This record gives sequence, structure tokens and C-alpha cells, in this order.
Amino acid sequence: MADKPIITVKNLVKNYGDFAAVKGISFEVYEGEIFGLLGPNGAGKTTTLEVIETLRDKTSGEITVDGFDIETGADSIKQIIGVQLQAAGYYPNLNLSELINLFCGLYGINKTPLEMLEKVALTDKAKAKYKDLSGGQKQRFSIATTLINNPRIIFLDEPTTGLDPQARRNLWDLIREIRDAGTTVVITTHYMDEAEELCDRVAFVDGGHIIGIDTPNNFIDKLVEGGFERKKQVKLANLEDVFINMTGKEWREG
Amino acid sequence: MNPQKRYSNFNATMAIAKASFRSITRSPSAVVFSLAFPLIFIVVFANIGGSGVSVDVAVAKNCDTTSQVYSALKKNPLVHFITNKTTAEMATSLSRGDIAAIIDIQKNNTQPLYTINVQYSNASAQKGGVFKSELTNLYFRINSSANNGPPTVAEVHSTTIKGREYKYIDFLLPGMLGFSLLSSGVFGTAFVFLSLRLTLVIKRFFATPVKKYSIVLGEALARLVFSLLGAVFIILVGHYWFGFTLIHGVVTVLNMLVLASIGLIIFMGFGFVISGIAKNESSVPPISNIITMPQFLLSGTFFSVTAFPVWLQTISKILPLTYLNDAMREVAFEGAGLGDVTHQLLILGAWFIGIYAVAVKTFKWE
Repeated sequence: MADKPIITVKNLVKNYGDFAAVKGISFEVYEGEIFGLLGPNGAGKTTTLEVIETLRDKTSGEITVDGFDIETGADSIKQIIGVQLQAAGYYPNLNLSELINLFCGLYGINKTPLEMLEKVALTDKAKAKYKDLSGGQKQRFSIATTLINNPRIIFLDEPTTGLDPQARRNLWDLIREIRDAGTTVVITTHYMDEAEELCDRVAFVDGGHIIGIDTPNNFIDKLVEGGFERKKQVKLANLEDVFINMTGKEWREG
Repeated sequence: MNPQKRYSNFNATMAIAKASFRSITRSPSAVVFSLAFPLIFIVVFANIGGSGVSVDVAVAKNCDTTSQVYSALKKNPLVHFITNKTTAEMATSLSRGDIAAIIDIQKNNTQPLYTINVQYSNASAQKGGVFKSELTNLYFRINSSANNGPPTVAEVHSTTIKGREYKYIDFLLPGMLGFSLLSSGVFGTAFVFLSLRLTLVIKRFFATPVKKYSIVLGEALARLVFSLLGAVFIILVGHYWFGFTLIHGVVTVLNMLVLASIGLIIFMGFGFVISGIAKNESSVPPISNIITMPQFLLSGTFFSVTAFPVWLQTISKILPLTYLNDAMREVAFEGAGLGDVTHQLLILGAWFIGIYAVAVKTFKWE
């Protein structure tokens, strides 16, 4: 994986009135990687994503996405990105096929609903309503809608929040497949085990600042070099491994 | 897989219109308010509307209202005198059968003391008949009470004019169309845009290349098509089952649909405003009712505006639905073209400009 930046953020500042949500952050996302923005609630992750996605105006700073400046090239950027919003709903009273058709129209792309649903293993739910899907299915459907325009980059905002361990693993596999097919993935999460497992590089965001960017491994190694030790002796497995081992790896519907 | 293909705003608009139309047809409240309620009202009111409790009789301009004949008729609970119409208005009302008769009592210097001229219309033959028999009763009573004096106190001259019956359905149906358009435009638009905003559907749309106007246009188009289909259905049911008068047939229907579109677009403006000022979905119905209820009651949906006291009529004369109903009735029953209802269209135009000026200020995308 060459380190060719596809997103460059320089000194991004975003104020909501008197409140400074993002206080001058800079980072790069490389082409073809899974990049994680990590941090507690209210750290400015979602705001940062929404500015990059051209959904919010920045207060100051410079951002380019695949060579387009977000100020002058917003329309071009929208054509090459896929966006999954945190807790977004879908058009009411429509089934999944009809929703895919709607998004095809919005992107100006000709694709069949089955082709898209196949990518996220939801073909058997083609006639189901979004609100009747399980949590994992909802997230996979959301991801399907981000892939309609064959984007260069997709943004996933907390896609695994609220999912059970099986559904989470299933979604990780899907996200890796998407990365392996050449799409850059930018993801936010609260779960460090998820970031460690999934992300090629992560940035820690806190209080509107970036306080560190590196690969998960380097971060851990550095901490250990500094003499850090877990209070409890690390065992070869954890409770989640036990859970997956006992309940099986295959993902359940509903 | 061809990103070079030019992006089509038209296709995006149509995709939204199609999705929205599907969603509306599957939404129970849209179907109930646009179709079921108007039809139920028509069935209920068209069937009880005919039972006349009182007979409307207009009093001619120079009628002698001091005579005992006049005061006797006035006391009769079956007779309702109308005195505030001009001679021309009386003639139209009579020809439509809005009123049963026009009465003109003249005092004579010779015998008989009074001459009663009565004009009936075959447009209201039934009620005219009721009045005629009341009058005949009175005539015999007055003349016989005076049996010691001159033989006749009064004589009656009656004529009957030709008219086309203005049935209650001819009044009711345009009002019901107005009601359907008002509720679909105000409630439907307000709910849809508020919920699309709150569930971040619109935000997700903004992450695609779609333009804002495509979203509004697509939604409006879907609602327009749905409401016009509903209007055609109501008109057809009214025409074939309840004898609703369509003077020039299909042309009249088309004119009505043009009016319906104008009305809906104005009512949608109210919906846009409400979706902007409502904080959540439960605040939509109260605000919407503030807008729809007065119009529902005061714009001549069930009864003619002229039945209200004058101070209420001045309120009626401000509301847009009054003019839509008015124009609809002119077109449907009188066979007026759109050029004949320019007064109503002008006032609707003023409402259009006013409400969209407010909508542009209050509408929220997120």
C-alpha cells in the first residue's frame, strides 16, 4: 500500500456559534486504507467527517478530497464519495429495492437493486422495509447505499454501534472486502478492539484536537516500550472470544 | 460504470417524485384525508341535504313588508325570508333553485287590498310546491277571516321560470375537493418535510449530487399527481352517482384540475412553513389545524358563506379556500372558463406570493 494521500486536512476549524467543535486539526488519509477516527463522544469526529463530506461548512482550514477542494469542488466530491450517516433513516414506506432505485436516481447511475443488495448479502430482503431489518442488516443496507456510485472513498460513522458480536464481525468482513476492492474507508468508532482489528491507521481525536496518528500496532508497541503493563495478566483469549466460541461465528438474522 | 456520463437533475427529480408517490399511496393518512373523508362527507351530506326544513324565499325590492300577509308568512316557521339580495342576485338564485320563490306583495287602493306576485322556478319545484301550499293556506285563512267585509283581501298571481336545478352536490363537491387539497397540501407537506428532516433523509440526500430544488420539485410533483388523481376520482363518483353537474363535460373537469393544482400549490406553501416552524412531529397537527380548521368551516365548504353574519363573512373573504371553492363552483356549474374567474385567481395569486415569501424565510433543510 503506497502512502498516497487521497484526503488532506490542514488546520480544520469548525465553530458552532461560540462553541469550537474542531480546533485546528490536520491529517491525511492514504488511498486504499481503512482509516479510523477514534475518540470519546463530542470529540469532533462526526463534525470533521461532515465537513469533509461537504455536508457542513468549515470555519477555516483547507481540505482536499481526491484532488478537489471542498470549497470549489463540492459537486465533484459528492460524485466520488459514499456517506453513511450516524443514525440516519431512509425514505418512509419504501422497500429496499425501491430505496436503491431512488439512490440510483439521485446519483444518476444505472444499477439494479439486486446487484447492490448482493454485495451486502441482503437479496432475500429486497421487498422488506428498512424499519423491519435487524440492526446488522440496517447497517449493511446503509453501506450498500454508499457503494451505488462506485465511490473512491466511503465514510462510515459508527457503523457497529449497538450490534451484537456476530453482526459486528460480519460487518468487519464486509468493510475489509470493500477496502480490498480498492475503496478507501474512513470510519469512526468507540470500540478500540474494533479499531485494532480493522483499521490500517488511526487518529485519536479529543476536545477538537488530534492527539496522535499511527498504526494500531505502533501505538501499542510504543506504550509497551514506555513500560506500560496491564494490571491483569493478559490471557490468550478474552470473554468475547468465549462468546463467539460458544454461540458460533455465523451471523444471525434479526 | 461510466462516471463521465452527465448528471441529470431531471432524472434525480423524477426518482424523488417516484419514491414520494409510492410512499404517499402507502400512507394511510394521505389516502384517508384525500379520498375517504371527502367521499364520506359527500355520501352523508348529499343524502341529508335534500330534506328541506325551511323554504328560502326572496323578498322583492319594493315589496310591501307592512302588510298582514307579509307578517303572517314571516311568522311561519317553514318560510325563511331573504332580504339582502339584489334583484339580479335573486334572479340567479331562483334560476339555480337556491331559493324557492321570489315574493312581491303590493298594496292596492282598490279591492282586493293586496296583490301577491310570486315567481317560482322549476329548478326548485319541490320547495316551490311547499311554499305554494303554505301560501294557499294563508290566502284562505286571511280571506275567510274577513268574511264580513269585502270578499277578498288578497289575490295571488304566480309565474314559474325555467332554471337548471342547483343541487346540493353541486355546492358540496367543489367544497370537498377544496378540503381534500387543503388537507393534503398542508398536513401532507408539513409531515413529509419535517420527518425527512428529522430522520436525516434529506441530509443523506445532500451527500449525493442532487440539487435542493430537485427535492422540493420531486415531492411537489408526487403530491400534485396524487391529489389530481384523487380529484378526478371524487369528480367521477360525484358525477355518476350523485348527479354532479359538469356543464362542458371533460373541458370542465380539466378546468377544475387546473384550479385544483393552483390550490394545492398554495396549500403546500402553508405546509412548507409549518414544517419549518414545527419542532417535532407532534407539533404538526395543532399548527396545521390552526390553518385548516378556519378555512374548513368558513370558506363555504359545507354551507354558503352568505349564511354567516356579516362580520364572519369578512373573515371568509380573506381565506384562500373561499376563492378556490368559488372558482370551482363557477367553473363546474356555470360553465365558466378560467378567464371568467380572474378575480378569484388574482386573490389566489396574492396568497401564493405571500405564503411562499414566508416559506422561503422559515423553511429548514436540517
